[in-house]
Formats: sequence, C-alpha cells, structure tokens
Amino acid sequence: MALPPPDPQFVLRGTGAAVHTLHFSCGNQEPDVPILFSGSENGFIHVWNLKTHRVDKTLDGHGGSSVYCVETMGGKNRLLSQGRDQRICLWDLAEGRTSVTNSVFTENVGFCRCALLKVAQGRWLMAMAAKAPEEVQVLELPSKTSVCTLKPEVGAKLGMPMCLKLWQHNCDSQPLLLAGYEDGSVVLWNLSMGKALSQLVCHQEPVMSLDFDSEKEKGISGSSEKVLSIWSLNEQQNLQVYKTQKLVNAGISDITIRPDKKILATAGWDHRIRIFGWKKLKPLAVLDYHTATVHCVSFSDHRNPCERLLAAGSKDHRISIWSIYTQT
Amino acid sequence: VCFIPGGLDCSISFVSHVLGKVCVHGRQKEILSVLVPHLTDLTKSDCIWQRICWRLVECVPDRWMEAVVLGFVQRTPGADVLSRLLGNLVVKNKKAQFVVTQKLLLLQYGHTTAVLQNLLGYLSLDGLRRALLIKVLQELLETWGSSSAVKHSPPEQQQYISKAILICLSHLKEPEIETCRQELLTSMMEGVKCHLDSNLPQIRRLGMIVAESISSKINTDGPVLKFQYEEDDEARELKSLLVQTPPFCVVPSLPDDDRNEKADAAVPLVLESSKKSHTAAPVMPDEELGAELDSDDDLIPYDMSEDKELKTKAPVYIRDCIEVLTGSEDVDKWEATVKALEGLVRKNPAATREVSVELAKILLHLEEKTCIEGFVELRQRAQVAVLTTDPIPVAKYLTSQFYSLNYSLRQRMDILDVLVLAAQELSYPKSHGKTKHSGAQKPCIQLPPGSDSSKDWRRIVDERIKSKTRRFATGQSQVELASSPNEFSSVAGHFFFPLIQHFDRPLTTFDLLGEDHFVLGRLVHTLAVLMYLAVNTVAVTAMGKALLEFVWALRFHTDSYVRQGLLSCISSMLLSVPTERLLEDMTEELLETQSWLGDVVEKDPDGDCRRLALQNLLLMENLKKKLRTVPS
Repeated sequence: MALPPPDPQFVLRGTGAAVHTLHFSCGNQEPDVPILFSGSENGFIHVWNLKTHRVDKTLDGHGGSSVYCVETMGGKNRLLSQGRDQRICLWDLAEGRTSVTNSVFTENVGFCRCALLKVAQGRWLMAMAAKAPEEVQVLELPSKTSVCTLKPEVGAKLGMPMCLKLWQHNCDSQPLLLAGYEDGSVVLWNLSMGKALSQLVCHQEPVMSLDFDSEKEKGISGSSEKVLSIWSLNEQQNLQVYKTQKLVNAGISDITIRPDKKILATAGWDHRIRIFGWKKLKPLAVLDYHTATVHCVSFSDHRNPCERLLAAGSKDHRISIWSIYTQT
Repeated sequence: VCFIPGGLDCSISFVSHVLGKVCVHGRQKEILSVLVPHLTDLTKSDCIWQRICWRLVECVPDRWMEAVVLGFVQRTPGADVLSRLLGNLVVKNKKAQFVVTQKLLLLQYGHTTAVLQNLLGYLSLDGLRRALLIKVLQELLETWGSSSAVKHSPPEQQQYISKAILICLSHLKEPEIETCRQELLTSMMEGVKCHLDSNLPQIRRLGMIVAESISSKINTDGPVLKFQYEEDDEARELKSLLVQTPPFCVVPSLPDDDRNEKADAAVPLVLESSKKSHTAAPVMPDEELGAELDSDDDLIPYDMSEDKELKTKAPVYIRDCIEVLTGSEDVDKWEATVKALEGLVRKNPAATREVSVELAKILLHLEEKTCIEGFVELRQRAQVAVLTTDPIPVAKYLTSQFYSLNYSLRQRMDILDVLVLAAQELSYPKSHGKTKHSGAQKPCIQLPPGSDSSKDWRRIVDERIKSKTRRFATGQSQVELASSPNEFSSVAGHFFFPLIQHFDRPLTTFDLLGEDHFVLGRLVHTLAVLMYLAVNTVAVTAMGKALLEFVWALRFHTDSYVRQGLLSCISSMLLSVPTERLLEDMTEELLETQSWLGDVVEKDPDGDCRRLALQNLLLMENLKKKLRTVPS
C-alpha cells in the first residue's frame, strides 16, 4: 500500500512575486547557516536563512526586471545573477556586503539561463545566449574574456537557445556544452574547436530545460509537450535517444538531477513537482502543493545526506521545501 | 417361467393373459420386477426374444392392456429398452395407443419425469411411432395453450404437461421442426399469453420457460425469446429436459446416435468455455509484476493515484466562447465557458460589442447541458454583462424577442429581469461598482433563482417611496457621491418604449391581456422599475406620459398582482418625473389618476393595492405642497 506523498517540510513566503530561480548553498559547516537564494519576477534576489526560514538579505540589482538565474561561484559569498535587464551581475556578499562587483551586458532579451563551470581555482566558464539570434557565447570569469562563440551552421534553423549545460568528464578534459534549442533539438558543442559534435532532435516543441549526468553520460530534457526525453552519449560523442517518459500533463519548466544521481525532479506547468528515479525513470512521487506553474526546482548540496532538501519556486509566489528520499 | 428358444411356435397368449390379469389386479410391481429385467437381458441382442416379447404384450387382452402398458412404462429403465420390449405396440393396438398418447400424458399427471422420458423417448425411437410423437406434441401444445386449462387445471398438471412438451421438443428433429414450425409458433404465442396472464408466478414461469424453449427450437439462427425469471432448481430441471442425455447402456444400433452425440458435444463445450474464462483472468497480473521487478531497487514510490490530468480551461476569447456554447460537445469546456463568460465579457467590452447581439441570442436560448451550480444566475449575469456592454442593439433585440413567437414564459420573464438588472447597473455611478451600495437608498434587486420576485420589487419600490418622502422632508442628508455620467439616460428609451408598445397585440403563443397575465404583471413591475431608474434622464417625461397612458388602459385589470404593478408604476412616475414637468404636461391625467387612486383606496379588494394607492395619493399631496413652498 503506497504512502501518500509527503507534505512540504516548510514553505517560504514573502517574495511578493513569481519565483523564477533557486539555488542552495548549504555545503558549509557550522556556524554557517544553510542558505537558499531565490530570484523573483520583481527583480529582487532573496537570501533565505534555512534555519529561521526568513529572508536575511534582499538584493536589488536588476532594476525591477525579472531575475531568472542565480548561481553561486564557490561558496555563498559570490553570487551570479541574470536578469531580464540583459545583465549578468556578480555579487560580493561576504561579511554582510551586498554589492555588485562586476556585470556583463549580454544584449540578449531571451530567457535562456546561463551555465557555469569551474575549470580552475578562481576561473570559471560561463555560457550564455548571445546577442545574435541563435548564438551561444562562452566567457571566462572573472576576466570576462570571450572563449568562443558557438554559431550553428547556416540554415540549421535551431531557433533561440533555450537552456544550457556546461560539463566536463573530469578536471583535465575538454569542457563541453549541451544546448537545447527552440526547435526541440539538443546540440553538443566542443568549446575548444567551437563546433557542434552532435545534434539530436528530442522534442517537437522548444526544449524548456535539460540536465546531464556526466558520470553516466546520460541526459534528460523536457519541453512543453507531454514527454520527457532521455538521451545518452555514446563512445563517438554522439547523442542518441535512450527512452521517452510520458507525463500526465503537458509542460515542464525545469528539470534537475540530484547530485547523488539517484533521483531527479521536474517542475511542471500543471503545478506539480514530479520525482523520478534516475536509473530507469521510474515515477516515484507527485508533489502537489503549488497553485500555479512551478518555475524551478533545485536540490540542496548538504554534506549530510539526511538533511538534503528539494526546493521548488512557483508563480504563486511561494517556495516549497521538501525532504524526500533522504535515506538513500 | 422359462421359455424354450429355437424353432418352436409357441403360443404366448396364455402368458399374456396371465400377465394381464396379474397387472390388472395391481400386482404389476411384483411380476414386472422379475419379468422386465429378464426380458431386458434377453432382448438385448436377440431378435427372436424381442419378437416374443412383442407378441407377449400384443396378446394381452384390451381390458388389461392399460395396466400392462403402464407397468412396462414405469418399470423399464430407458426408452430404448421400452422400445425393445413393446415394439410398435402403440401403432398396432388402439388401446395401447390411447393409453400412451392420451391417458398417460393428458389425463394423468402423477407420473415421474423418468416415465415421461421413457414414454416419449419410446415414441421417438421408431419412424412409425414418430408420427405419434408429433401428434402428441400438438395435443400437448393445445392443452398448454388453452386458457381455460391454464386457469383451471392444477399447477402440478400444468407442470407435467410442460415437462412433456419439453421432452417432446428435445426429441424433435430438424425436418420435423421445419414442417410444424408455423404451428409451433402459433401455439406458443397463444400459450404464452395465457400463461403470463395468470396470477400465479409458478404458472407464469412455466409459460416463460416453455415459450423460450419453443422459440429456441424454431428460431435456430435468429434472436430467441428470452424472459426474465427466477432461476431455481425447478427451472433448471425443466430446462435440462431440453437436452437429451445419452442412454445409460451403450447399444450399437441406435438410430438416435447422432442426436445423442450432439447432446454430448453440447455438454463438453459448456465446460470448455468456463475453463477458458478462468485461465484468462490470472494472465493479466503476471505481466504487471514482471515489469515492476527490474526497475529501481531501493526507492519506494509514493502513492500517485491523485495525479490526474488538469481540467480544461475556459476559452480566453469571446468568439471562442461563442463557438463552445453553440457547437462544442465537450461538456467540461462548456461548463468552464459558462462560468467564465461574465468575466470575459466585462473584461473585453470592445470584443463583446462586435458580437453582442449574437451572444445575447445564444444566452437567451442557452439550456443547461450539465448540472452546474447556479446555472440560472450565471446565465443571467452573463446576459446582464452583455446588455450593459452594448445596451442599444442588445436591448433592441431583447425587447423584440419579448413579443416574438415561440418563447417560453420563463424566457420572457428572463428578458424582463435582465433588462431591469442592466438598467440598474447602468444607472448607478460607476465609481461605486456593483457591490458597494450607499445606504439603504438603492438596494440591489436580488432575483432568487426561479422564484417570483414581485414581492422584492414591491418592497424595494416601497422602500424607495419611503426614503424619497423622507428626503423631501429632511433635505440632503446623504454624502455626495462621486458623479459620473448616467449611462442609462441614453438607453432608457430603448429599454422602455419597445416593451410598452405591443402589449395589446396578442400572438398565438403569447397573449398578455389574456391568459398570460402573470407575465403582464411582471411586465408592469419591470416598467415601474425602469421608470424609477430613469430619474434624471432626458427621456423621463416622455416615458412618464406613455406609462400613464398604459396604466390608464389597464387600471381595471382583474389580477391584483397586475394592479399592484400599475400602482408601482404611478409611484415611480411620480418620483422620477420632475415635478414641473408633471404639473405642466400632465395636469389633466394627474387629476384623473388622483380620482382613480381615491377609488382604489376605498374599494379595491386587495390590501396591498389599497396601501399603494394611499402612498401614491400621499406622494401627490407632497408634490402639491412642494410646489406651493417653492416660489414660482
């Protein structure tokens, strides 16, 4: 007899606007408090204290434009945020400061979240949608030098890049980029050469979100349809479809795989968060709390597995925090 | 007693006599219990013994034949044995025939089913005798079908006959059925009628079973007659008679081999099919189990039974709504549309104005497709929304429909209600919105679904009269409301005049002055409210005049509800039309009205009418007073 799905452990209220992005920073030991960063449609980034469940700081750096991506760069004191004001801001939050140290003007009016990858100590690669319609630009941070610009070939008609993921096999190998496009295809790019290694048409509709497991070289993408597409990389670095998973209701905003690669969570337009096992895409749970589209899901990076959390931000201005499958 | 076989011409008649005498004295059991088994064995394969046996029974004198035959029929273990023992006795011997075909079947009914089986089986076993079988069947059916027999014969006998019929049917072969199909059908129809007329359930059931059996025999390929009755042991037993079980002893030269084989085949078929259904069921769960085992090992899924598809959303565009309401078969969408329509209309006035009349038409004819809570209210609110968004064309449409053919009274009254609500909405200052009302001056007209709202209106009009009169006395005590243009003023005429136009023109389905005086009453009240709401509008004087004429024409109406409405009209008019206009343009009419009102106060049978008339007189007094105080 299956148990009913769990309720959220707690719910964070007070953003005052739809929540578009979430990022945990809980890896530090005591006395550091576990933190959750959230970006909302009103341009604020809230820093939530997960012990008191209240907002510690509010960052306003995008002038009222919706913030749709927040990432930490090596700890909770350095934050990267991306907003609809076409800017990517780098923040310094150490010792109570809340200042923007640097910013990148992307000149891109789309919704594509940027992707970060740490390549060396203090050096990051950031991929973002560029000014030209189908291009993706990769910059090195903090120097802001351009590493490469990835242009699809003429006539490819991929449309806008919708979601990006930077990864590398291990610390020494070449970084690679997976990009999901408006026409429903996922392209694997080689950054050093600046050209596409493989392209796979996964969906009929734009790819809304994707995530990749670099260990198993298997990825998953969701779009506005009723299917999730799981694809893998074979030895020749070619993408091939592994399987598809049908959903009850159409529309996925965000997918994320838990760091231990055991489960994954999807944020749905039908207000529900779905949990699947990553090995075989076995449906595990449907978390039904929100009353509007869930825009983002994120897993925490707690060192202690029992404390791991799942956060979901929705259009109904709430962030629900769940503790699910923490025993494994 | 033993016989010498071989070649000898014995005379058995002596033995027959003995047999007969013994049987007639009632000793059938003793003698036949010895004789029959012997004979059975002896005649099994030996033709001579068969013939001897036949001779034996043939020689029995007629006066003892019955006893012997009866004894044999009762004693023998099967029809085939009987056939061997008796041979064609029934054909040769008249008495035997009578006994077998008439007496045992029709005149007696105490014998067991086994006896019947023996008897009828015996008749069927030989070609010569089969003719008798058919004859027997016909007679049995005649008896079965005769209404007097059904009414007067004991149920046991009827059961006996039914059994006999069923057994006969079981013995019938295809060609025979062909020849007497029509007869069978006719007798079945008659018989079933008599049986179903009976008061006893047992008789009815017998009739049903036999009819079903006959029908199944004669309609082998078409639809068969099927009754519903209680299946119990008796019914099952009867039905089992239809199928011939194979004989106990295997005799090689049986002419009815094929029939028995068919019976054999029928039984194993039944068993097979039941077995098949059993094996089908367990297969399904196995497949599901297999799939479960090789997926993720340690993560136990939660209960996901609540995870269902989202409900359909209502359309966001007015034209989509129209499409859904007029054509769609999707009831979920229809429901969602009906609920969302009012909001959409109010949010998109420009889009609504393009299709306002069409939408009004659809809403007027909209019927409840599924059971939505508050459907009437939803529809009404949507209609009001459409009317307020685009008043003139929609009002024109609605008022014209009020006087058209083929509308129900409910629809006509709906039109009136919608007009009033819309007028109310239009005449309120917009800044206050629909929900906020300042004080008791303008209470909202709440129209409870389906019920008569005249009491409310009366109350409202009364309240208004009271408040108005107070106001004249104490002066402006209300807070100044934010002013905005009165949207009703430009359209008041469109609401009012068409309604008042054709009231005296009867239509085939709608006669205001005739039997539909309830609608007339509602119309009058509606006019009163519209008149009231038209205060401070440009058309108010013209409206007042027209209304006064209207009231004058109807003032002696027999229905008190109508009269109350008329008096409300007078009140509204007195309140709405500016005093100067009243006294200048309508002096004569006012005087006449005053005298009429005085009449009503004294002589009207209805209490409410009198009260209203009194109030009107008071109002008129007030007017006069006011005029006197104002310096001219």
